[in-house]
Amino acid sequence: MAGASALARLCERGLAVNGQHAIWNNQFAMRVFWQDILPGLAVTLQAVFWGMLIALTLGLIWAVCRRSRRRLVAWPATGIVEFVRGTPLLVQLYFLFYVLPSLGLSMSPMLTGILALGLHYSCYTAEVYRAGINAVPRGQWLAAQSLNFTKWQIYRHVVLPQAIPPIIPALGNYLIAMFKDAPMLSLITVLDILGRAKIVGNETFRYVEPLTLVGVVFLVLSLCSGCGVNWLQKRLKVEIV
Amino acid sequence: MSGFLGLLPLLLRGLETTVLIAIGGCLLASACAFAAGLGRHSNDLVVRSFSVVYVEVFRGTSALVQMYWFYFALPLILGVKLNAVFVGILVLGLNIGAYGAEVVRSAVEAVPKGQYRAATALGLSPRQTTRHVILPQALLLMLPPFGNLMIELIKSTALVSTITVTDLLRAGMFLRDDMPQWTSAIFTLLLVLYFALSRLITPIVKWLERRLSHGFVRGGLP
Repeated sequence: MAGASALARLCERGLAVNGQHAIWNNQFAMRVFWQDILPGLAVTLQAVFWGMLIALTLGLIWAVCRRSRRRLVAWPATGIVEFVRGTPLLVQLYFLFYVLPSLGLSMSPMLTGILALGLHYSCYTAEVYRAGINAVPRGQWLAAQSLNFTKWQIYRHVVLPQAIPPIIPALGNYLIAMFKDAPMLSLITVLDILGRAKIVGNETFRYVEPLTLVGVVFLVLSLCSGCGVNWLQKRLKVEIV
Repeated sequence: MSGFLGLLPLLLRGLETTVLIAIGGCLLASACAFAAGLGRHSNDLVVRSFSVVYVEVFRGTSALVQMYWFYFALPLILGVKLNAVFVGILVLGLNIGAYGAEVVRSAVEAVPKGQYRAATALGLSPRQTTRHVILPQALLLMLPPFGNLMIELIKSTALVSTITVTDLLRAGMFLRDDMPQWTSAIFTLLLVLYFALSRLITPIVKWLERRLSHGFVRGGLP
C-alpha cells in the first residue's frame, strides 16, 4: 500500500518537469552543472594528477626497496606497503589531516588530500612495479652485471625500460581507481566535485540533480578511460610480440 | 591514560557496527555478484543487459558518490526516509557486488568448455550444469579474488561514517572531539584496528579454499 502511494507520487512529480516540486528540474540542473560541477571536477582532476605523480614515483621507490638485499631497507618498505594496503584511505586521510598539524606540519587540505591519495596508491602501484620487474628475465640482470653496470645503471638502462611498458595498463587501472576515490577529499573540506555538489544540496535542499550529475560525470569519465586502458593494452601487446 | 581507556567501550561499539555492516555487505555483495555474474551469460536479453548496466554503473561511479546519492537523493525521489545502516549495507553490497560479478564471470568462463559439453552429453539441463558441474569448479577459482574484495569491503565500511552511521571511524571521531590531546593515539588505534580486521580475511579464505578443494583432483582423472 505504501509502495503504491510512493509510486503514484513518483509518477505525479516525475511528470512535472521544470516545476518547483519536480524531482528533476532541468534548468536548475544545467545551472549547477556549469557553475559547480565543472569547476569542482577541475579540482578533482588536479588532485588526481598530482596524486598519481606521487604514487608513480613513490611506488617505484617501494618496489625497488623491497627487492634490496639489505633487510634494513627491505623490511620497512614491505611493512609500510602492507599496512597502508590493509587500512582504509578515509582513515589515512583523517590521520594526515588531524595528526600532521599537531606535529607542526600544517598543510592546506588540498595538499593533504593529494599526499594521502599519492601515499595510498603508491602501495598499490608498488605491487604492479614489482610484478613488472619480476617479469624481466634473469639473464638481463646477469648480462648487465657482467658489463659492470652499477645498481642504478642496471635499473635505469636495462631493467626498468623493459619492466614498465607491459604494466602501463595496470597502472592506468589504478589511475581510474584513484579518480573514483578522489571525492573523499571533500570530507577534509576540499571543494572538489562532490564537495560542491553537497553544498548546493545543503543550500537548496535539492540533492537529486547535483548528486546525479556527479554520478553521471564519474560514469562517463571512467567508461571512457576504461576504453583507453583497453586500447593501450591491445597496442602494447602487439608491440611486445 | 585511564580517561582514555575509559572511552574504549565507545570504540568497541563502533567496531561492532563496522563488523555488522561488513557481514551484511558481504552477504548482499555475494548475492549480487552471483546474480549479475551468471546473468551475464543468460539467454534472456533483458537479464543480460540488466547485468551489464548494473556492473558498469556501480563500477564506474565512486562508492562515496553512490553512498551520498542513496542517502540524500533517493529519499527525495521516493519520498521515504531510509535508515543509514540499511543504506550503508545496500550501497557497499551493490558496489562490491558489481566488482564480484566480474570475478564470477571470469571464473565461469575459465571452466574448460569440455565440461559444458560433457554435461550436455549426459543430458543435464542448463540449470543442472551450472549447479552441479560449473559452479563447484568455478567457486575454487573465485575464492582468492573474492578474498581481496572482502578486504576492500572492510576498508570501504569506513565510508558509512559519512552518512551518520556510528561505525568504528565515527566513534573514533567522537572520541577525538572529547579528548583532542589524544588525537594521534586515537587515529593510530583506528588504523591498527582496521588493519587487524582486514587481516582476518586471509586465514578465512585459506580455510575455505581447503574445504572446497576437498576431493578435487587437479588436471582430471588419469
